[in-house]
Amino acid sequence: MKIVVLVKQVPDSGAERNLRSDDNTVDRGSANNVINEMDEYAIEEALQIQEKHGGEVVVLTVGPDRASESIRKALSMGPDSAVHVVDEALHGSCAVATSKVLAAAIGQLNADLIICGAESTDGRVQVMPHMIAERLGIAALTGARKLTVDGSSLTIERQTEEGYEVVTASTPAVVSVWDTINEPRYPSFKGIMAAKKKPLETKSLADLGIAASEVGFDGATSAVVEHSKRPPRQAGNKITDSGDGGLKLVEYLASEKFV
Amino acid sequence: MAEVLVVVEATQAFGVKKVTLELLTIARELGEPSAVVLGGPGAVAKLQDKLAEYGAQKIYAAESEEIDGHLVAPKATVLANLVKSVSPAAVLLASSQEGKEIAGRLAVKLENGILADAVGLDADGTATQVVFAGQTIVKSKVTKGIPLVTLRPNSVNPTPAPASPAVENLTVEVTDADKLAKVTNRVAEQKGSRPELTEASIVVSGGRGVGSGDNFKLVEELADLLGAAVGASRAAVDSGFYPHQFQVGQTGKTVSPQLYVALGISGAIQHRAGMQTSKAIVAVNKDEEAPIFELTDFGVVGDLFKVVPQAAEEIRKRKG
Repeated sequence: MKIVVLVKQVPDSGAERNLRSDDNTVDRGSANNVINEMDEYAIEEALQIQEKHGGEVVVLTVGPDRASESIRKALSMGPDSAVHVVDEALHGSCAVATSKVLAAAIGQLNADLIICGAESTDGRVQVMPHMIAERLGIAALTGARKLTVDGSSLTIERQTEEGYEVVTASTPAVVSVWDTINEPRYPSFKGIMAAKKKPLETKSLADLGIAASEVGFDGATSAVVEHSKRPPRQAGNKITDSGDGGLKLVEYLASEKFV
Repeated sequence: MAEVLVVVEATQAFGVKKVTLELLTIARELGEPSAVVLGGPGAVAKLQDKLAEYGAQKIYAAESEEIDGHLVAPKATVLANLVKSVSPAAVLLASSQEGKEIAGRLAVKLENGILADAVGLDADGTATQVVFAGQTIVKSKVTKGIPLVTLRPNSVNPTPAPASPAVENLTVEVTDADKLAKVTNRVAEQKGSRPELTEASIVVSGGRGVGSGDNFKLVEELADLLGAAVGASRAAVDSGFYPHQFQVGQTGKTVSPQLYVALGISGAIQHRAGMQTSKAIVAVNKDEEAPIFELTDFGVVGDLFKVVPQAAEEIRKRKG
């Protein structure tokens, strides 16, 4: 089985994040850039499937030059190789265009299974797996908290608001996973050393047969018109409990008509 | 006036979801709202009255086992065909996982822009989004196609506007590719009658400080007294205190209730990402330096095992 894991480099969600004032894109220059956390669970899931069923795990990233740091980090967990789609014309691409690029790259890799995180910490939009599946005409099993592989048959438990749905499909398919699915391994020293030598192929838009006008700002289907910092919340009254904290809490709730 | 398509979301227990009523309310600013029901056989009958009450001028009904028995894709195909035939001014969906997934497929099918997780929508189609853990406000527009927008629950106040919509049945024609992901079972895990987390007007959440799954009864008790939904921080979920579907924050749900009560939650930025836009925030935490207190309208520094039972008792007393 050939498994492609989608890995996105994002600005660290634990630090201050900004949009650029010149072109309204995510400021990746000044940020501490890391692997999107949920993607580590996708990598772990792929490695566990490989350990059980054999095959190959390939990391796929679309992003600027510096995303290669995150790709090496991803490889240090254990995947066999990586493909990095990098092209200046990609800057400013919308989700619709990005899905076109990812679908084209996946198509060239002949993947049986594509695994990704359920969402990225920067966009949090959750649309990419279905967009890719729509373009490739393959199944999308999204929001998995459990994935079972049996030959070419895939079954997930999809987390819902009421509980879960059991959803099945055959490969090829896209599966997105939540962080409840496994516990990602830490890269070993050996893994970190090995990652430096693993094959990392870069591809341009031309390699994928996509014109520059289809992506970036030219090909964007939506645009940020303006952005501003939200004023920070003003901290209100804080009391220290001296035996009547619960009563004071209810007094506050009553004054705001919640009780 | 041009039609605005509103894709209806409903639950077995509560019928039409509140976010759909918010969408119908907001749709009136952009044109004439038409509700679109995509479900199994008999889905429309249960929802019709509520949709009429909130101003649906027309109801499109696509009812089929194929829709009910497969994940997302058939709904997107039916919706895309409808968009092609009626040329609406906009398409609005809920910012639920499924709402966003349908919208994503629709965007690809129509090569149309998509604006997800809006918290507001202007008459000209400009959406307001709050990103980066609630720290940045963004205004954005679709530049190719019509406004295709998913709206977060609790963004606007739903107001009734009674109408008498006719029901128009749609022919459900889906492709083989739409039937690749089969839903073979649906399992309900959520017990009781608490409101849905993202739609609730009050949320009471517990964190690591709650200490155990058993102690979450305290969180649930206060929630039930306030008619609230129960949430949990990632630390509480990772510790196994409460199930993941109730997680609030970065890798869980984003909520924006009238009141958010944080019990034993320190308030790491990843948690704030999911609750920062709540109207009022209250916290009980024994650590007076906990960052959650930077956000609170009212904070109690103290032992939640003393403060919460006392508060619960007082609410009971006041309720008589």
